Amino acid sequence: MLTAEDKKLVQQIWEKVSGHQEDVGAETLERMFAAYPQTKTYFPHFDLHHGSDQIRGHGKKVVAALGNAVKNLDNLSQALSELSNLHAYNLRVDPPRFSSQLLSQCLQVVLAVHLGKDYTPETHSAVDKFMSAVASVLAEKYR
Amino acid sequence: MVHWSAEEKQLISSVWGKVNVEECGAEALARLLIVYPWTQRFFSNFGNLSSPTAIIGNPKVRAHGKKVLTSFGEAVKNLDNIKGTYSKLSELHCEKLHVDPENFRLLGDILVIVLASHFGRDFTPSCQFAWQKLVGVVAHALARRYH
Repeated sequence: MLTAEDKKLVQQIWEKVSGHQEDVGAETLERMFAAYPQTKTYFPHFDLHHGSDQIRGHGKKVVAALGNAVKNLDNLSQALSELSNLHAYNLRVDPPRFSSQLLSQCLQVVLAVHLGKDYTPETHSAVDKFMSAVASVLAEKYR
Repeated sequence: MVHWSAEEKQLISSVWGKVNVEECGAEALARLLIVYPWTQRFFSNFGNLSSPTAIIGNPKVRAHGKKVLTSFGEAVKNLDNIKGTYSKLSELHCEKLHVDPENFRLLGDILVIVLASHFGRDFTPSCQFAWQKLVGVVAHALARRYH
């Protein structure tokens, strides 16, 4: 459960991301494809080379969606409802319980790389909880 | 036996060569206890774990973190026999410590994040791949002797 303090930390971190959405998104996806090759199976139609326009475009989309979630921390279910349907019925990505851990890990690595010490244990904890909450909501409609 | 490419071995040892085992170990364990508070169940005799500040400053956490990461170094030195390296430790974690192996995966992921925060851009996607693979192999080896 996200505490008031967690929410504040997530919002603060997101403010730092907001100027660099495309870069953060692209790097997160690149790391995910590099560290967890099985995730590439969902993108056979993508050019997955470093710097690909498709990765940049998709990364930007993903980060924007997360940004929307950050703006609606008190009502994630509703804010992510469309995406929840999309993932469950169209994309049918391996349930977010599993795959979201991979995305969360890579997003956090990107944040840690760029923020260094500023990615404090408290921030780390809040972001981990946030991504976990997002995964739960996305998984709601799977079955 | 796990196959390591020359590049993976190089990425692993070059990162490891620059790691301050005491600092990184302490930080990784502290983060485990903070980010996944249920893991505190294994450390009830560690004293004050009541807040992130308390955990980070706790000397037992620091000492144990150093111990854990030092042991991790054995994997780095013995990439071709991680299974054998952790055989006894696996039995210990099962029979005496009663640690659910899922916790090894959690600690592994946290270690990767700690390395990322210390090395910044130098912790490239290829580096991350090699290290995620390593922490996965270590976690698997530690779980291997469970019964």
